[in-house]
Amino acid sequence: MSENEQTTPEQRLDALTHAVQERFADKGGELHQDRGEVTLELPREVWREAAFILRDDEAFGFEELTDLCGVDYAGYGQAEWATEAASSGGFSRGAERGLEIDPHQPRRFAVVVHLLSFSKNVRLRLRTFLDTGFPVVDSLVEVWNAANWFEREAFDLFGIMFDGHPDLRRILTDYGFIGHPFRKDFPLVGEVEMRYDPEKGRVVYEPVATQPRTLVPRVIRSGKSYTPETIEKTEAPDA
Amino acid sequence: MPEIRNYTLNFGPQHPAAHGVLRLVLEMDGEVIQRADPHIGLLHRATEKLAESKPYNQSIGYMDRLDYVSMMCNEHAYVMAIEKLLGIEPPIRARYIRTMFDEITRILNHMMWLGTHALDVGAMTVFLYCFREREDLMDCYEAVSGARMHATYYRPGGVYRDLPDKMPEYEVKDSKWHSADEIARRNENRKGSLLDFIEDFTRRFPGYIDEYETLLTDNRIWKQRTVGIGAVSPERAMQLGFTGPMLRGSGVAWDLRKKQPYAAYDEVDFDIPVGVNGDSYDRYLVRVEELRQSNRIIKQCVDWLRANPGPVMIDDHKIAPPRRATMKNDMEALIHHFKLFTEGYCPPPGEVYAAVEAPKGEFGCYLISDGANKPFRLKLRAPGFPHLAAMDEMVKGHMLADVVAVIGTMDIVFGEIDR
Repeated sequence: MSENEQTTPEQRLDALTHAVQERFADKGGELHQDRGEVTLELPREVWREAAFILRDDEAFGFEELTDLCGVDYAGYGQAEWATEAASSGGFSRGAERGLEIDPHQPRRFAVVVHLLSFSKNVRLRLRTFLDTGFPVVDSLVEVWNAANWFEREAFDLFGIMFDGHPDLRRILTDYGFIGHPFRKDFPLVGEVEMRYDPEKGRVVYEPVATQPRTLVPRVIRSGKSYTPETIEKTEAPDA
Repeated sequence: MPEIRNYTLNFGPQHPAAHGVLRLVLEMDGEVIQRADPHIGLLHRATEKLAESKPYNQSIGYMDRLDYVSMMCNEHAYVMAIEKLLGIEPPIRARYIRTMFDEITRILNHMMWLGTHALDVGAMTVFLYCFREREDLMDCYEAVSGARMHATYYRPGGVYRDLPDKMPEYEVKDSKWHSADEIARRNENRKGSLLDFIEDFTRRFPGYIDEYETLLTDNRIWKQRTVGIGAVSPERAMQLGFTGPMLRGSGVAWDLRKKQPYAAYDEVDFDIPVGVNGDSYDRYLVRVEELRQSNRIIKQCVDWLRANPGPVMIDDHKIAPPRRATMKNDMEALIHHFKLFTEGYCPPPGEVYAAVEAPKGEFGCYLISDGANKPFRLKLRAPGFPHLAAMDEMVKGHMLADVVAVIGTMDIVFGEIDR
């Protein structure tokens, strides 16, 4: 670990990107570098194999899996408010409340893993996209035991299956819960609510009575005015 | 000979030693644990999904409510992720204030942990002592943010406001409970600014730590209950995703404050305590030493903050609100204010992971932006989550009473585990 103190984060990052490129180019790995972080996108088929390499190979030494999560990319880049058109109108005329989500879009579900190497003092993000119809990927529990609960969580919240997981049960939602709440087509207010029914003498589940509402519309302001380089030089946005 | 079989014991979710809403299903052989199956999620509020429906700044308050005994550290990870997305840097004074309050938070958290852990194991006094000191630190929270716990003090680009020049005092009124003399005594160290009060605390605090140590470190009962309990080897600790004192207790010298410094940690002087045996007692020693080191960091921050006044928020009104006085005269400032609070800001598309060394371990925040004014996906990496996942491995073969000691040593808080 003493050698790390002499290297800068940039040097460590360079060494990592080189090693990753060398080792994973032929496995279909795609490397992205953004804001000082490295992301390796892998095909689903090599997921576990790559994990073993990243843990055991001298060049990587990722001893720890810090985080694993599911992502639902449905509706990525969609806004509720066409800002250009609405400038002359207003929120009530401009906004289309609720997003149109295509549950069958390809490349909808992904699993994202964050790895940490204590010996090299670097982080790496792995991502793999899954089939939309039946999202399944190899489990990483035998590579890093820490993946156990994280995979259970991704299964619970997104319905992503992990092949080879020893105990794939729901973890965060209620006993007997139906659906996968973190999918983008699952409403924020939920599907059911519960209350105590004095007549029946037990807790009953009913469809939710509350309406979902949008307080602030989802807006995408594109253009250069929001990039860090130009952010201070621009005038106020269309007000 | 009677038939002998294992039986299943349900522990919690409403049990004072379950530290919140942990439900443990224990398979017992007599009094020995064969298997422990923690059931979590009883405090699940879907914070991450909720954040997807709100502009970035409106979710800062939810971060306080995750790990509700180390509030500002959670905020820190979240605002750091936003700052990384936007590509901005807070001013140096804000970084020192954050460092100081992170350490105040660490003391708050470790006090809570020490008090409840000792209480679970059977020492009442430590609990009362710890809560006495927590009061002073919560007063610091209140002085800067107005709230004793859920501060929402860190903002992208800095902190909400500068440290107050005047520490609030107790009021002298006709009280049935406190005499005027007593109130005057309680106000003695509150005569100056917040920094004076904190400095006074850093002077008193090492003595308090000695008090706890007198009660525990060489205490026969404490050692019987913690030495050799829940021992984890360094290899297993890494496999199981441990971070923070849980990892350092096992002998791995890893601390984000040293290894991947953020805020002003590379400019202050402190040491990282590391355990040897990886048992509950070593983790206790590590955390107690962290209290002393935090105190040291706070002292250095106080000195720096006294000497270096300056801005505590960036001067970019697309991200930080303009001053109220400016808004009265300046149309552009008014528009900025209006747009910021009705719509927020749109970070450029991309994804970032920002992590801080929270008192319990690595608290990480993974943010995906698609260019909108709300996060597309927020994932919070709670340190307690993998720790609790290791419950089965840590208590297997121990007695039922040790389960309570292991829950204590893990420093479990359900706000962050269930999210």
